[in-house]
Parts: sequence; structure tokens; C-alpha cells
Amino acid sequence: MEILRLNQISPDQLILWQMGFAKITATLLYTWFIMALLIIGSWLVTRKISKDIHISRWQNLLEVIVSTIRGQIMEITKDNPDHYLAFIGTLFLFIGLSNLLLIVPGYVAPTSSLTTTAALAICVFIAVPLYGITKRGLLEYLKEYFQPTFIFFPFHVMGELTRTLALSVRLFGNIMSHDKVIGVLLAITPLFFPIVMHALGLLIGMVQAYIFAILAMVYIASATQAHEQETHKEKQ
Amino acid sequence: MLERKVDMDSLSAVAVASIISAGLTMGLGGIGPALAEGMAAKQAVSAIAQQPDEKNTIMRTLFVSLAMIESIAIYCFVISMILIFANPFWEHFITKVG
Repeated sequence: MEILRLNQISPDQLILWQMGFAKITATLLYTWFIMALLIIGSWLVTRKISKDIHISRWQNLLEVIVSTIRGQIMEITKDNPDHYLAFIGTLFLFIGLSNLLLIVPGYVAPTSSLTTTAALAICVFIAVPLYGITKRGLLEYLKEYFQPTFIFFPFHVMGELTRTLALSVRLFGNIMSHDKVIGVLLAITPLFFPIVMHALGLLIGMVQAYIFAILAMVYIASATQAHEQETHKEKQ
Repeated sequence: MLERKVDMDSLSAVAVASIISAGLTMGLGGIGPALAEGMAAKQAVSAIAQQPDEKNTIMRTLFVSLAMIESIAIYCFVISMILIFANPFWEHFITKVG
């Protein structure tokens, strides 16, 4: 099996199979692999779910994950987390698992490709107005762009675009740079030091997944919650 | 013959400019995040010393803010990697020289 070389900064350049214009890159393969792992894993666990006191250890694991994500969402939005749980939880689990699997030899994280992270960031970019409009209505949401005066409209739009760019480049840069650092260290100090960096990479991967999900949640919350603050003021 | 020589010269000029600016990007771009991370860690340590009970919350916030600060250095790293390994001007001149 081919390995990503040091001068290839994206797993898109690693083509595993090609027929005509259709080609399977490492990004595509491992994205589908992670999706299959998540779907099959959660299907196997939830197949025989029980309300009893005695639950299987896998159900316990899933309950811990889901309740932690719910708690985090609740802290930010102060709202019913079930609206956001599907979107934010999927982002977190996908990025987290794809970063954690970096310790498996031969695996290339799909998040170390700018195409994957850009797709995830565009999902957030689309989800923010969707949640905002469903929660507050179209006019109320659009009014936010013209606050405090109409001069600020281009700055609001630019802010939306640049934060999407920053979201994607942050994740891509962190995971890609970790790959490259390990590659360089393997050439310099081959035996022990790369293992330490791998341990650091696991921490970085989880922190980046957490940050991506938290930032997506904060953006959505800022789009949905300005209305509630206004009503609070009116009540007072 | 003369034209080819000029093309090679511009090729090496692109190489020199990319490598030097990749180094400058990393070096200058590392200063700000390094100072910022130092300040964040200093504040977090003194906050933990004052309120050891809040250690978990402080550590979590610290990690998040460190990763946010670090992403500025990461942007610089991405730029320098692009300059060295995926330079668009480099590809352009390579195809021109043949």
C-alpha cells in the first residue's frame, strides 16, 4: 500500500484506484471507512438497548458520549439541546474518530485534507442561517445583518466568510502539520521521540474536534439567540 | 538559447523567494502566538494557584484558547508548506521551461 510522502500535503494526491475520470483517493476511502465505522458501531450497540440498571459496556460508552455532548450544548445555548445534538454531535464524532485513528499505521486522516475540512466548514456555514431562520423567522434573521446600521452589512458578510475559512484551515493545518512533524522526526530521531509526538497528536486531535464542534455551536447560538436577549430586555 | 537562460534564472529566483519567505513566514509568524500562549499559560497558572477547585474548568478553557491561539501559527505553517511543496508559481515556471 502506498504511503503519503512528505512533499504531498494532502491525501487527495494519493490515488488508490483509478478508472477513467473516476478515481478513489485516500481521503474518499477513509471518509467512507469512518462513516461505516460510526454507523455500524452505533447500530450494533443500539440494537439491543436496555432501560435496565444492567447495561452493556458499549451502551454505557455511548450514553457517556451523548450525555457529555448534550451537557456541553446546554452550557452554551441554555436551551433544549435536542435541536442541535444531531448536527454538533455528528461533527464532533466524525472529526474526533478520524483524528484518533491516526495511531493506526497506514491510516491517513481525511481531516488532513483541505477538501474534507472545507466541506465540514461549509456545512456549518449553511447550518447557521438555517437554524437562525427556523428559530427567529427570515426577516428577524436578516435584520441582524443590518445592525447597528446598514453600513455594517458587508462586514457581517465578510465575517461569515472568513470564519468559515478559518474554521476549515485551522482543522486542516493542525492535523496536516502533525503528520509532517511526525514525518520529519522519523528522519531525525527514529526510535522514541515520534511516539511522544503521537501521544501529543492524540490530544491535539481531540482538542481540535472539541473546538470545531464548540465553535459551530457558538456560531449557531449567536444566530439564534439575539432574539431571546431582546425579549428578556422587553420583559424587564 | 538566451531566452531559456532567462527562464532558468526566473525559476531559481522563484525558488529562492519561496524558500526565504517560507522561513520568514514561520519565524515572524511564530513570535505572536508564542507570546500569546505564554501569557495565556501564565494567567491560567496563577488562576489555578488562586482557585485550585476550579482547576478543571480553567484547564479546559486554557486548552481551547491555546488551540485557538496556536491556529495562527498553524496558518503560517500552512502558508510555508504551500510555498515549499505546492507553490503555484513554481509549477507555472516548471511547465514554461519544460
